[in-house]
Amino acid sequence: MAFNKNLKEILYSVAAIISALLLGALLIKLSGHSALKAYYYLFYGAFGSTYNIAQTFLKTIPLIFTGLAVAVGFQSGLFNIGAEGQLYLGAFAAALAAIIFSNLPGFILIPLALAAGALAGSLWAAVPGILRAKTGAHEVITTIMFNYIGILLTTFLLKNYFKEEGPVDQTKKIAEQARLPELVANTRLTWALFIAIFVIIIIYYLLNHTAYGYDLQLVGENINAAEYSGVDSDKVIINTMLLSGGIAGLAGSTMVLGVLHRFITNFSPGYGFTGIAVAVLGRNKPLGVLFAAFLFGILESGGMSMQLFAKIPADLMTIVQGLVILFVAAPSIFKILKNKSGIFRGDNS
Amino acid sequence: MNVLGTIFSINTLAAAIRLVVPIALAAVGGAFSERSGVINIGLEGMILTGAFAGAVGSYYSGSAFFGVLAALAAGAILGLLFSFFTIDLEADHVVAGVGINILSLGFTTWLMQVIWGQKGASPQVAGLPEIKIPILADLPLLGDLLASNSPIVYLMFIIVISSWYLLFKTPLGLRIRFTGEHPEAADTLGINIRFIKYFSVTLSGVLAALGGSYLSLGHLNWFSSNMSAGRGYMALAANIFGQWNPLGGFAASMLFAFTDAVQMRLQGMNLNIASEFIQMLPYVLTVLILAGAVIRSRPPAALGSHYKSNK
Repeated sequence: MAFNKNLKEILYSVAAIISALLLGALLIKLSGHSALKAYYYLFYGAFGSTYNIAQTFLKTIPLIFTGLAVAVGFQSGLFNIGAEGQLYLGAFAAALAAIIFSNLPGFILIPLALAAGALAGSLWAAVPGILRAKTGAHEVITTIMFNYIGILLTTFLLKNYFKEEGPVDQTKKIAEQARLPELVANTRLTWALFIAIFVIIIIYYLLNHTAYGYDLQLVGENINAAEYSGVDSDKVIINTMLLSGGIAGLAGSTMVLGVLHRFITNFSPGYGFTGIAVAVLGRNKPLGVLFAAFLFGILESGGMSMQLFAKIPADLMTIVQGLVILFVAAPSIFKILKNKSGIFRGDNS
Repeated sequence: MNVLGTIFSINTLAAAIRLVVPIALAAVGGAFSERSGVINIGLEGMILTGAFAGAVGSYYSGSAFFGVLAALAAGAILGLLFSFFTIDLEADHVVAGVGINILSLGFTTWLMQVIWGQKGASPQVAGLPEIKIPILADLPLLGDLLASNSPIVYLMFIIVISSWYLLFKTPLGLRIRFTGEHPEAADTLGINIRFIKYFSVTLSGVLAALGGSYLSLGHLNWFSSNMSAGRGYMALAANIFGQWNPLGGFAASMLFAFTDAVQMRLQGMNLNIASEFIQMLPYVLTVLILAGAVIRSRPPAALGSHYKSNK
């Protein structure tokens, strides 16, 4: 049964992606370009060479973290739109830790900086969590506001205390031993990939094999039933936001330690927001998030080459992402199509 | 330098009235949608789409009036799409709303490159002229404030008041509120739930888009990418703080807009406060208000749920 349900969800997700890409092709056609050429360059940009594949993975890593952060929130019924702000706080804290403790050896400094980023993200997410638990202030709005506040706060701290001399608002470079080692030379694809997969496994275990994970999902399914069975839902809500923010913070710290090697203002192209789409497509499950993040990584790195070679604005991929979310949110759209066309007859759902 | 004098001046209030238009119109839209039981996070995308369609309509027709009509039509289409997903397809309201927002951002940014070949901003388009109303100009104090404004500003005041009347003093309003509170009972009484929800959600799209058209036609006379810049979310907060009532929503929007106007004026004054902290003001205020206000506010009972009539 459970296997059947999972299979059906995967089929729906695949159908959503294909439908969204087909609609995207239609738009390319309507704007007077060749859809075939566009999608060829999309594929080429994502997989055409070792370098391109590395870039696809590079784009995937922050989305694994932010997607997982949003997914963990969703599992207990919380909509954390604040991953973007938590990512900035995490990146800033990681850069700061790496700069302040620059005379420590790498095997201490890297974990320390990663932890600093996770902690900063956690604390930033905790405030909306506490507000939700204690006053009922809806986290959808407070986390969005905390994005603006958090990004402004890091900009303020950077400009006033940690800015490197020069025109760009950035810190100085972090020490060599604080940087994550590269997997493929000159690609900036680093061990961050393994950290991301490691976190996926931990969260999978936490959700499926611990009492805490059970409580978290119980609160998400039915908060009244959870309370009735003795779960302190306020505590679960706050803990979930701490966990979610910590994961989003790691997106920031791995960006700093692996890719940027410093903190720069406005460095994120919206990883926190794309994380929402990743979580929705991945059905809020750790493994689903992994695949969804990879798909979006393909769209991001492929979208760039599509823009460069086929002259189609990469923003088309934003449209595709929006369509994927809408379709995944409404699986009954495929049921309706199925009933009308009879394509999937024989499947007695 | 008189800081307080600058903050509480007619000029700041006039700026606040200009800033409040998109937020208040979207908040009123949110009141309709949520009173009928549909959470509308998509307001942000609807404002953005309205701003874009307004600029496109004005660009091609050379008339700001047709621009506004185009914005209203685009808002209605987006509202119908959101209705279809949340009501007929029973999509999770919040997730579908996020989808609408991402879709709107992608569509407007992509189309502006297709149409104008540039990503940052559109060329100048014909904007709405200001209207002078002679009777208002003679009022003491408020005369300067209200005498000459964009027609959408006057329209906003009319819409806020008539929306309150519609929701709370007419049979249709009663049906909308009943649908959001207790769809089963409303259905038993013969109210067409599906029609009421479609009507309310589509109206919210139209109102938010009208607010958006003010951004591109009543204010700056061009469209820039992601022009809505979070106003839809502020409208959502204003709607909750205003207790799902158009008058309350307007008052809350006015508070946000006033803080934003103060923020802008303070930035121009070279105070000894970091500009980042001044810019934070509206956002911090939103959080504080929500934390303080939500305790005693109660959303419509069936908000966010799905209901299919068996008839």
